[in-house]
Amino acid sequence: MIDQLKRACAIAKKDIRIYYLKGPVVIFGILFPVFLFLAFVIGRDLPVDFLIAGLLSMTIFFTSMSITPVIAPTETQTRNLERLAAAPVSITTVLMGDMLASVLFGIGISLVPIIVGMAIGVTVEHPFILAAGIVLAAFCFSAMGLIFSSTPTSMTSTVMMISTMVKFPLVFISGVFIPISELPSWGQVLASASPLTYITDLCRYSFQGTNYYPIWMDIAALVIFLVIFMTAAVKLHEKSLPKRL
Amino acid sequence: MIGSMNAIEVNNLTKHFDDFTAVDHLDFEVKNGEIFGFLGPNGAGKTTTVRMLTGIIKPDLGQVSIMGLDIRQDPIKAKQIMGVVPELSNAYTELTAWNNLQFMAELYGVPKKDGRQRAEELLGKFDLYERKDHKVRTFSKGMKQKLIIAMSLMNDPEILFLDEPTSGLDVMSARLIKDMLLELNKEGKTIFLTTHYMEEANQLCSRVAIINHGKIAAIDAPEKLKMRIGGLEWVEVSFDMPVDASDFSDLSGVIDVRMSGDKLRLYTNEPGRTIYQLVDYSLSNDLEIVMLNTLTPTLEDVFIKLTEGME
Repeated sequence: MIDQLKRACAIAKKDIRIYYLKGPVVIFGILFPVFLFLAFVIGRDLPVDFLIAGLLSMTIFFTSMSITPVIAPTETQTRNLERLAAAPVSITTVLMGDMLASVLFGIGISLVPIIVGMAIGVTVEHPFILAAGIVLAAFCFSAMGLIFSSTPTSMTSTVMMISTMVKFPLVFISGVFIPISELPSWGQVLASASPLTYITDLCRYSFQGTNYYPIWMDIAALVIFLVIFMTAAVKLHEKSLPKRL
Repeated sequence: MIGSMNAIEVNNLTKHFDDFTAVDHLDFEVKNGEIFGFLGPNGAGKTTTVRMLTGIIKPDLGQVSIMGLDIRQDPIKAKQIMGVVPELSNAYTELTAWNNLQFMAELYGVPKKDGRQRAEELLGKFDLYERKDHKVRTFSKGMKQKLIIAMSLMNDPEILFLDEPTSGLDVMSARLIKDMLLELNKEGKTIFLTTHYMEEANQLCSRVAIINHGKIAAIDAPEKLKMRIGGLEWVEVSFDMPVDASDFSDLSGVIDVRMSGDKLRLYTNEPGRTIYQLVDYSLSNDLEIVMLNTLTPTLEDVFIKLTEGME
């Protein structure tokens, strides 16, 4: 177990060296959420702490999900996948490694909106809850990215297109731009099915002290989504690996 | 556990892709410390077999034992003692040669100090030490292939699987790799070599298996395989004057006569007797023998005969 964890760390180290500055990661992980955020806030008179909480949750969502969908198709294309498949590591270990690289990227970049927020006077009322939420959400969204990367293709663009088709609508139903309490009842039901809703709620609580769901429910929901995503990712990758060799 | 006398034991190994049977109930074993050649035409099932032996894909049926470890029940332990050079594999081109080797060391749980020492040794052996801090994307094909083999040796494996390791390489690089394989074999490593190059298999392998349509067509030592296809020995002769090929068809032991340029090729199962008869012929017709060679079948002849026979 510890041996496999060490090997997952080796895979994460390799991923960090290779994938952090790849084009699709920068475009879909950093530029895309920034422009999406600007498009919604410019011209609207919204409180700064509300905006920073939304920007932070969206940043974790996009950045944590930008690395994992890139790795599998790229390694299929560059013929590195067979080497990993022949190594004494399980598929779960390989995915854990990829997830770890993605989590660290997500956490690192999410510090930017926090620092920006603090620089313009926003205070973090619940820093420990925020830290726990960021870490948990980074794992959850990275695992979600692994599901997309199980698509048996060597085309990164195909995986990114599929993941964008899912990510984009989730941003609108998760209380990032409109508080959940202001959504119609069908919108609130939809919001409860999105993992992004719960980290957004945690961010609002951490910055503004207001929350829609109880904090324990936000954390429990993220844990449940993480378990579901990771289990599904392992199953899907086990199935798709032979097709990608 | 199937057994531990052999390095590799394969029983009833089968793999289907939809309706197509890629590997059809294979049974064979590879002895400890031998270089085992695995030959076959394109699409014969070689790579699928190697992928099942190395635990990359799961068989539909059958068992594979690696040093007594069942690849399905103990995949991690079995993979730990293998080195694998896949057919179309690549090193990470964005990383340096050194980082690629260190990644392999970490992936196989090699202690840091041993990993560094082994990487230095291998880079030296493969003449890559000067380029250790260069990114692999700047390497030639030959250098990349040497690095890929070095990567497969980072865990000091007991069994080495190589799928077409010299494919597309220049003569010098191919020779270096072949010499390295012989050296590794001398050190006691078992080598499972898939190749298209018959001469390479002939030079390196103590036994070869020929696979076609997912089935083993023959399995034996190269020389024994050549002996199996009797009647394929021939005597090649050239005289100082043109001769009529039909003069030779009635010679005792001669099965077939063919002209090949200015040479006459007599297929015979009695090469010694045929030579005497050719000397008699030259004396009685006042001809001079310019060239005379006896030739035995090559592994390529065996391969073609066996694979054609299964078409």
